[in-house]
Amino acid sequence: MAKSVEDLPYIPLMSESSAVNKTGVWRVIKPIVDQEECNQCYICWKFCPDVAIHIDEEGSILIDYDHCKGCGICEAVCPKKCIEMVKEE
Amino acid sequence: MGKLTIPQEELMNSGHIGCLGCGGTLAMRYLLKALGKRTMITIPACCIAIMSGIYPRNFLKVPLLDVAFETTAASASGIRAALDAKGIDDVYVVGFGGDGGTADIGIQALSGTAERGDNIIYVMYDNEAYMNTGIQRSGATPFGAWTTTTPVGTTGDFKKRPKKNMVEIMVAHDIPYAATASVAYPEDFVKKVMKAKDMDGTKFFHVFSPCPTGWRYSPEMTIQIGVLAFQTTVFPMYEVENGVYRVTKKPAKRKPVADYLKLQGRFKHLDDETIKIIQKNVDRNWEMLLAKAEFTKKFAE
Repeated sequence: MAKSVEDLPYIPLMSESSAVNKTGVWRVIKPIVDQEECNQCYICWKFCPDVAIHIDEEGSILIDYDHCKGCGICEAVCPKKCIEMVKEE
Repeated sequence: MGKLTIPQEELMNSGHIGCLGCGGTLAMRYLLKALGKRTMITIPACCIAIMSGIYPRNFLKVPLLDVAFETTAASASGIRAALDAKGIDDVYVVGFGGDGGTADIGIQALSGTAERGDNIIYVMYDNEAYMNTGIQRSGATPFGAWTTTTPVGTTGDFKKRPKKNMVEIMVAHDIPYAATASVAYPEDFVKKVMKAKDMDGTKFFHVFSPCPTGWRYSPEMTIQIGVLAFQTTVFPMYEVENGVYRVTKKPAKRKPVADYLKLQGRFKHLDDETIKIIQKNVDRNWEMLLAKAEFTKKFAE
């Protein structure tokens, strides 16, 4: 991240990942995965528009709450119904 | 660990500032999965142009060029020409525009590019209005839809003209590949891109991208709406390869179009009479598509 105007390039270049935007603060409902029930079909991973669902080394689903906006698509597409949307506190 | 149906590599960053349940970003995500890292993207003013947030952030891991509204396809042609001059031939150049920037404002540049046969991929992600500026009617807005410039109010002034058929316009340019796809069927979209990406000439994709904000539905229904658009054949899935039509996916049983319309607030003013007209048009388009596929079959090589 550039500290001052002098550090920036002369032509506009985008040099930073949008991941610094913590869009998780937008969320009003939060997805919770029941890892016992989940059969790792990755349909939720496939349809997440915020790239906020990751697959860890063991193959289980990890939700990135820094970026998840709580749209609820993962809950809607889950065939096992093991994702539940709960109200943020 | 289960099997993934689309490539795992992620070339889109999280933290983009798209609305909840955005269909357009899904189209971008699947496209990049299919094309890989050696890709350059050029975009007009559209929702995708604001996704990165404030300067100097980028929501993609590939180069992204932001150009004027009319010039997406022309700038893609230019990038291709520059790459050719430098002798770089392993990069895919993509023009990625919304329906307004493609079907209305950018159509002249796109037509020029297709006519010259420049080796680029053009993707029109279709959210059926100018969503970025506040849901104004575009050429791709379907018959019967409410938008802020076709307000229903007491006069019933919804859009009275059908949706512009962009695939048909592109097929008329005699390009090697044109296809429709939907964000609700990523496997189909990725497969089509994989198939077409190495063809020589202009390739065109029309991607159906539901928009919760503009279509007035709850964000979790994005995929459901996409599936219904396919099952009712409001948005059929087909490809046109050198003028030969092929329906890539057929619904097992066609659902009535009302199932699709009733979920969206932008169609809530429609009475039974108007729904009947929409059903008739959808039936006609579907029959015509099947007839075209049947008729052009004999021209396949």
